Amino acid sequence: MRHFFHVLLALVLLALPAQLMAGPVQDILQNYRAVIEKSSRKTIEPAIDALANSGLPQAQKVLETWQAKDMWQRKSDGFFFEAKKVNAKTYALIDFDTGETVGEVAKDEIDQLKPNSGIRAVIATALVQFQLSDPDPARRSDALTAIERNAAADHLEPLRKSIATEADPAVLARKQRLERLLTIRFDPEIEARIAAIESFGGDLGVDLRATLNPLLATRRIVVAGKPGAELNIARTLRPGSDELPRDAAYAMLVDARLSTPRISASDKRAALAANIVDGKVAGIPVAQLNSDEARATAYAALAAGGKAAPTVTEAQFEAALAAHSFVDVYAEPSKAVTDAASDAMDAIQMRVGLNQALDLGLDALSLASIYFLAAIGLAITFGVMGVINMAHGEFIMMGAYTGYVVQQIIPDYTLSIIVAIPMAFAVTFAAGVAMERLVIRWLYNRPLETLLATFGISIALQQVAKNIFGTQARPLTSPAWLDGAWVMNDVVSISYIRIAIFVLALIFLGFFLFLMKKTRLGLETRAVTQNPRMASSMGINKDRVNMLTFGLGSGIAGIAGVAIGLFAKVTSELGSDYIVQSFMTVVVGGVGNIWGTLAGAAMIGFLQKGIEWLNPSNTLAAQTYMIIFIIIFIQFRPRGIIALKGRAAGD
Amino acid sequence: MKNTFLMRNPSVLVFLGLLALFTLGVTLMSEATGAALISTSFVKTLGKTLCLCLIAIAMDLVWGYCGILSLGHFAFFGLGGYMVGMWLMYERTRLIVEKSLANTEIPPTPQEVVDAIGTQIFGVVGSSEFPLVWAFADSLTLQLALVLIIPGLLALVFGWLAFRSRVTGVYLSILTQAMTLALSLYLFQNDSGLRGNNGLSGLQNLPGLGSVPQSVISMWFFWASALALGLGYVLAAWVVSGKFGSVIRGIRDDEQRVRFLGYSVEGYKLFIFVLTAMIAGIAGALYYPQAGIINPAEIAPIASIYLAVWVAIGGRGRLYGAVIGAAFVSLVSTWFTGGQAPSIPLGFYTINWVDWWQVVLGLSFVLVTLFAPKGIGGLFDLAQGIRAPRRHGQPLGPGQGALQEKEAQE
Amino acid sequence: MSTLLEVSGVSVSFDGFKAINNLSFRIGPAEMRAIIGPNGAGKTTFMDIITGKTKPDEGRVVWGEKSVSLLKMNEAQIARAGVGRKFQRPTVFEDQSVFDNLLMALKNERSPWQVLTFKPKFKDLGKVEELASEIGLSDELHRKSGELSHGQKQWLEIGMLLAQEPRLLLVDEPAAGMTLAEREHTTDILVEAAKTRAVVVVEHDMEFVRRLNCKVTVLHEGSVLAEGSLDHVTQNQDVIDVYLGR
Repeated sequence: MRHFFHVLLALVLLALPAQLMAGPVQDILQNYRAVIEKSSRKTIEPAIDALANSGLPQAQKVLETWQAKDMWQRKSDGFFFEAKKVNAKTYALIDFDTGETVGEVAKDEIDQLKPNSGIRAVIATALVQFQLSDPDPARRSDALTAIERNAAADHLEPLRKSIATEADPAVLARKQRLERLLTIRFDPEIEARIAAIESFGGDLGVDLRATLNPLLATRRIVVAGKPGAELNIARTLRPGSDELPRDAAYAMLVDARLSTPRISASDKRAALAANIVDGKVAGIPVAQLNSDEARATAYAALAAGGKAAPTVTEAQFEAALAAHSFVDVYAEPSKAVTDAASDAMDAIQMRVGLNQALDLGLDALSLASIYFLAAIGLAITFGVMGVINMAHGEFIMMGAYTGYVVQQIIPDYTLSIIVAIPMAFAVTFAAGVAMERLVIRWLYNRPLETLLATFGISIALQQVAKNIFGTQARPLTSPAWLDGAWVMNDVVSISYIRIAIFVLALIFLGFFLFLMKKTRLGLETRAVTQNPRMASSMGINKDRVNMLTFGLGSGIAGIAGVAIGLFAKVTSELGSDYIVQSFMTVVVGGVGNIWGTLAGAAMIGFLQKGIEWLNPSNTLAAQTYMIIFIIIFIQFRPRGIIALKGRAAGD
Repeated sequence: MKNTFLMRNPSVLVFLGLLALFTLGVTLMSEATGAALISTSFVKTLGKTLCLCLIAIAMDLVWGYCGILSLGHFAFFGLGGYMVGMWLMYERTRLIVEKSLANTEIPPTPQEVVDAIGTQIFGVVGSSEFPLVWAFADSLTLQLALVLIIPGLLALVFGWLAFRSRVTGVYLSILTQAMTLALSLYLFQNDSGLRGNNGLSGLQNLPGLGSVPQSVISMWFFWASALALGLGYVLAAWVVSGKFGSVIRGIRDDEQRVRFLGYSVEGYKLFIFVLTAMIAGIAGALYYPQAGIINPAEIAPIASIYLAVWVAIGGRGRLYGAVIGAAFVSLVSTWFTGGQAPSIPLGFYTINWVDWWQVVLGLSFVLVTLFAPKGIGGLFDLAQGIRAPRRHGQPLGPGQGALQEKEAQE
Repeated sequence: MSTLLEVSGVSVSFDGFKAINNLSFRIGPAEMRAIIGPNGAGKTTFMDIITGKTKPDEGRVVWGEKSVSLLKMNEAQIARAGVGRKFQRPTVFEDQSVFDNLLMALKNERSPWQVLTFKPKFKDLGKVEELASEIGLSDELHRKSGELSHGQKQWLEIGMLLAQEPRLLLVDEPAAGMTLAEREHTTDILVEAAKTRAVVVVEHDMEFVRRLNCKVTVLHEGSVLAEGSLDHVTQNQDVIDVYLGR
């Protein structure tokens, strides 16, 4: 064979001295020289196929060069080269077979081949098989991505071929998956398509749903009489059902020019107005035309006189509807395929539903964490100490603004958050202690007065914040490592910041339990709240304990403020958005019990997400219904989910 | 009966006399009926203030006398406003629509009129159909009845649920606040049927009375508000004067003891709650036509807390205290936030009262709670030489709403 | 002897602690009974159960000739049925005058509407005067009750109790903080009352109980330890153990 080739080469060399350096690629090109020069989408295919199927290593390079409009033809002998611009007038020619520069020529000695977009697309398809077998896995991967984005029937064959030689397991998996997806869409064999559909099971990939959905796409048509067997019918609709009201069905008939339109009320009115003669329409005085019956009579008279389009009577209307069938038909002709796709889609929807429930659960969990964070400070000041602090929300706001101010000074987001948390604690702790000293101390056992006094502080603080920071929202930016989300599959994902808040809530819970159960302060706090006189007489400094405990609750509110500020806009109203829900959380859970607060936050979070899920368009309604639910809930458990029992619970 | 009641309560006579004098004075100074010394907008402000005084009386009844710190009475006030607003808006739109449709060649059918009104009213929320709640909007009588019925019904249902389960003290306050929040959030929705956050507007124009100038209409409403306040005061004074007053003050100070005397505490609380909700509804129905617009923000929980603030600053547990508190705080607030108060330049910073009034109000409220629980009303005690008893800090009963030592009169 | 109130097999516990344990008790329509017992014996809880303040976990509380169950009624209904209670600490409405306190307690219609339109009739005023003189507060009728002395408040509360005209009086330590003379007066009032109605007195003071001269029930750890005349129970070994020993 090689011999023969050499002989042939020698013959050619003898015959055509100019083609002295021609190689196998150039031969092919020369074989198809005519069609290449013609450069027409209709005739080019044999040339490209010959190149692609030649098995020559250079073929890919040629096609790519051609596609990139870098292939030129030498006028002198009609040979094809890759040409590189040296300067405006001069080009370097590179031989395809050897890859070597064969010389520089003036621009007017060569012609550029300018494949149109149709040809380039054909070339691209031909290139796919090369790219799919490219030694570089990254390029193979790119090729797959390109196919995924813009798949064509032509890709199926090269893809299948390339699977056999694929070595990289990750790329192989992608190839196999893509092959099955392409099979569903493009394979001519119905059995193969069905098998491919069934092979996926309840896969959750968005790509699978994107493949199946067009198969299941229907369009609504109206046909006279019974629909023909050639139609792949998804379902037959009855006019007057919920999906197809009678008027809509009739409108379809009118659109399809199968029936004449009915006269609308406004058309009727216009026709009447156009036919007023001496203050009368068809003999009826205009003043009497203020009822539908009178208008109908007048219009009927007009129509009978040929002055208006005849109305469609109810009987005609009915008959027209009865004479036609209204069906949804698939664009896909094969019923077996649509059935399989529909079954697969049902299975997917089922699993998507389950996963969405999981996603909703995660959402609810993070909302519950937020409520818990907002409420835990309150669980100390209100739950343990029994102090109603309406300014608690403003402490949250102060914490968030502290975070904002720290970020103005320290530009590094990670560092600034680390600094902001203790700063926020310090600021709100100080504010809490000051408030306890100046106001609340005088109002113990007077909860209603405390409520109103702290409300006064709340509106004052809000206004001060407004005066300092303005009314527009201030950003509190989270560090980059908290951006993004943990993606489990195409349905379930949760952002890192929400995970962080969940973790923070857990930390706070642990801290609270430790503080109350294991520390001296916790012991003294419990003693003071249960029996202040007894505690005092045992040598506990009641004022100091109250001050510290209240400061602590306020400080935790400040930290919660930093966390909440990370995902909510920091405004002076930030606190008041959370205050009612926070009190609800504590009250619903059961006052004086941290587990109750946890349960309350969980209940409110899950409930709100649940209601939002039932009525997704409307978060306002969700909040409304949730509050109503809570009001009713308190009927049945006035002391909350986890209630303290017995005489100590208070008479 | 009335005679003896007034004889026994001379303060009522004094109040009515002062109110009459005030009304007469404003009448003589107004643009429409007097020397035009005060502007129409100020007459409206005064009329609105009278309505606020009326709801403050309701608040004083429920909090000062019965010990229920309700943070929901502005919800009832707003509902009253909405009920009247619905009729005003419907009727005015109907007249406009009928006028514009009268020019068409073919007279409209009744359905076309209704549809056009619906499009006019609900166009802003992308709808044209009349929601169910507007079923009676075409009847003034029914809507006026609803001014009483709707707040009363809401108070009845809510109060029955809350009192039945013995929710008291701050828990009840938080619950009423939640109710208010739920209502305002509900009304904020576009499909609530009450035009979402657009609210009802153009309420200052009385349908069919387009030719009457606003200066005259403002006087009518001023007189109506004064009359309502006078009647409300007498009613409240009558309710608290007799044995009923004894019982509800007993409930305020020690409800368990009242229960052991055989009084159904829940029934009394419910009675007062519903009665005051209705009074609040009336006050709102008179207020919003003078304000011209009502929207859900008016119902926000903070408004109800302000109401409690007024009563506390005026002095709770005395009806004239509530009136003084509401009038004083709302007028002073209007003055400060209206930009009329002069700014105070400090050299490095200028205190602009529009920005700082809220702070002053908040802090003054803290001071009143701490140092002057009797509020402004305490000045009258001072003048009469009435002092608080020495009780070593003990309140007058175990209830959370019980009078404090400093609030009591010797 | 017919029965006015019968309590049978009642138990109640708070977080596991049995405050009342299978307690049974009965009293006739015109009878005086003293209940004694050490602290924590369940005396107050027993009264709470009868007046509806505490709902028992099990047992029955039956009232009157028609044998209605008190467990289904709330405090106000029980009070209207004819059970009056005087608390250990005097609880009167301190912001209101003695007259108002007595008028509020006076047996009359209790519904809001009727109270709203209530006008004291001559008969009612007379009754208040009469009660005031009986409890020695005639001169203080228009003073605020918060200004009264501790003893006077005790008297006022007894007066309010009588004003209710109950069929059963539950009296918790009526003599606490009273002078000797006042105690005697209290004894007289209670003995007088017991002629027409049932009276249950909870008391620590043995001398006071002796003066009442009535049947005594001894409570201990939530159930009845002994019952009988004072002399009888004070000789009971169990009672002696509980009060003196252990």
